Amino acid sequence: MLLNRILSHDLPRSRWLALALLIVLVALAVAPFAFPGVKALSVAAKALVFILLVASFDLLLGYTGIVSFAHTMFFGIGAYGVAIASTRMEPGFAAVLVGTAAALLVSLLLSLVIGLFSLRVKAIFYAMITLAVASAFQTLASQLSDFTGGEDGLSFKNPPWLSPSFEPFEAPFLGVTIDGKIFTYYLIFTVVVVLVLALLRIVNSPFGRVLQAIRENDFRAEAIGFRTVVYRTWSNVLSALFATVAGALLALWLRYVGPDTTLSFEIMLDILLIVVIGGMGTIYGAVVGSALFVLAQNYLQDLLKLGAVALEGVPVLSQVVTPDRWLLWLGVLFVLSVYHFPTGVVGRLRAARRRD
Amino acid sequence: MNTTVVPVATPPQAIPKASFDWKPVLLLVGLMLAAIPAIGSTSSWITLTFAGLAMGLIIFVIASGLTLVFGLMDVLNFGHGVFIALGAFMATTVMGGMAVFADQGALQALLAIFCAMLVAMAVAGGVGLAFERVIVRPVYGLHLKQILITMGGMIVGEEIIKVIWGPLQIALPLPEPLRGAFFFGDAGIEKYRIVASLVGLAVFGLLVWTLSRTKVGLLIRAGVQDREMVESLGYRIKRLFVGVFAAGSALAGLGGVMWGLYQQSVTPQIGAQVNVLIFIVIIIGGLGSTLGCFIGALLVGLLANYTGFLAPKVALFSNIGLMVAILLWRPQGLYPVTNR
Repeated sequence: MLLNRILSHDLPRSRWLALALLIVLVALAVAPFAFPGVKALSVAAKALVFILLVASFDLLLGYTGIVSFAHTMFFGIGAYGVAIASTRMEPGFAAVLVGTAAALLVSLLLSLVIGLFSLRVKAIFYAMITLAVASAFQTLASQLSDFTGGEDGLSFKNPPWLSPSFEPFEAPFLGVTIDGKIFTYYLIFTVVVVLVLALLRIVNSPFGRVLQAIRENDFRAEAIGFRTVVYRTWSNVLSALFATVAGALLALWLRYVGPDTTLSFEIMLDILLIVVIGGMGTIYGAVVGSALFVLAQNYLQDLLKLGAVALEGVPVLSQVVTPDRWLLWLGVLFVLSVYHFPTGVVGRLRAARRRD
Repeated sequence: MNTTVVPVATPPQAIPKASFDWKPVLLLVGLMLAAIPAIGSTSSWITLTFAGLAMGLIIFVIASGLTLVFGLMDVLNFGHGVFIALGAFMATTVMGGMAVFADQGALQALLAIFCAMLVAMAVAGGVGLAFERVIVRPVYGLHLKQILITMGGMIVGEEIIKVIWGPLQIALPLPEPLRGAFFFGDAGIEKYRIVASLVGLAVFGLLVWTLSRTKVGLLIRAGVQDREMVESLGYRIKRLFVGVFAAGSALAGLGGVMWGLYQQSVTPQIGAQVNVLIFIVIIIGGLGSTLGCFIGALLVGLLANYTGFLAPKVALFSNIGLMVAILLWRPQGLYPVTNR
């Protein structure tokens, strides 16, 4: 079956999960037309970028069992690659390609070095070392202001047909004026769909099975004859490369790069939250989780605002339910999901089916 | 008739004394000496060295709890930063309330700081107990989950701090009598750093004394070496661990007060920022080692101050450079804990 081959024989295996995935896919595919408006479109674009970013992190955390805090570093490299190339060179398609290629090369080398240096040690060491490296990189990016724009970041121009002023058609299509922004959106959409399917392919290949074996019991995997360091390093490199592409896409969408949008520790925490709540070790978890998370980030605050109005005057509760504290509720959800459903939303949905 | 062979008692051989590993200490001294020609003037060198040692001692206070908890129970608490932030924010409350009193004189100022430290330690220790019970206890032995869950604990903790004290930066000024510096010739030594150093040294002394001279310390050290053996001798190491966790959290609270006064301001993100620093320190020192943590913290403090003077841009990366260099020399840290 064709669908089976596209999904690398890793079907959703749950009616509800399939439905959720379908909703996410369709919603994102028709977003520019179904939900017009600047905010809705940028929410959809952000969801797309996060889907790729989180799926690539899932390869590392969910499939290989490595906790890395340097994932935003590679995300940032991708974004800065496009931004720096676009400001230095003639803004155009060549600049984007050169920037992405250079960023991929840098990520490749960096992840290789970090991997070979520190993946020999225990998981806990790796987590701490990547945390330190990532914070050093963030400092580096904000210090090299000639090159990266420092704390202010870089604003740049997209290639002509991806810029908002590009309007090829006179008449609006389905009530929406087709402009460069919509082209950019569909470019992101296509790349994300292709790369997420590629990730599915990777995790369901023999290589992916070895990664899972390492996650379950690295000692035994080594004993069978797999060189775990090599596999771990590859997993690290691959996930870094996918994250770099995600960063490049984000830069194209925002036409701006700064330390806060790509490198900050908050984004790293967001990724962790999404992977765990969505479901570790399932690429689908990244898709569902990212969609939910980005929606929550942008609209849960509105919901909490309603709650805050309702609880106006109640001393403690009104403080806790303010829209600014939405992360508190996600944090609680995160802790609960690590305990009670470690396989996340996806694992829950799949388990529900098995019980039937 | 068989005669039972009486085993000949071999004369007990003298246990060879464990020789103390001086190399890391020499490294510390060497770093100080190497800085003299690099800096040039003796008075700046004294100023910087003292500032570095004081900063190192503050870092040590914060990191010591983390390294003990890891050594004893193999739990790495990524949420340790929350207790630092908690301590610093308690200090803003206490010092804010005692501001008028503290400005009256040096003694009153010290008393106010002492009060803030006590309150911060009590609160952080209490919260640490709850944190251990709710967050850490269900995930003993599972590294991956520990990292995730303590990280989640940190997110929640940081948000709760924002609920209580607000999300903005709060100033934490030193009391008037403790501002400024003493001058010995050209070398200036800030008054607060003297206070911080004394507290840090006291904590180090107390910790070393507890670990090496008391029964509890003996059990803790034995637990770090071989947990199962201590358990099989009938000691409830879990209970011991809860105590160590609470004590470690209290120390983090104390360190938070000191760090907040050192920075003169606190933000809710302070915990996450200091987390990176203390991870570097305990990696340098060797996970679980108290002495290594001490030497590592001093190295980090000194190097940060020296490079800050010589090449400010490099100073931002001095910690990570130091970590890489140390790990290349001793991959397990300065004082590797055996059995890990």
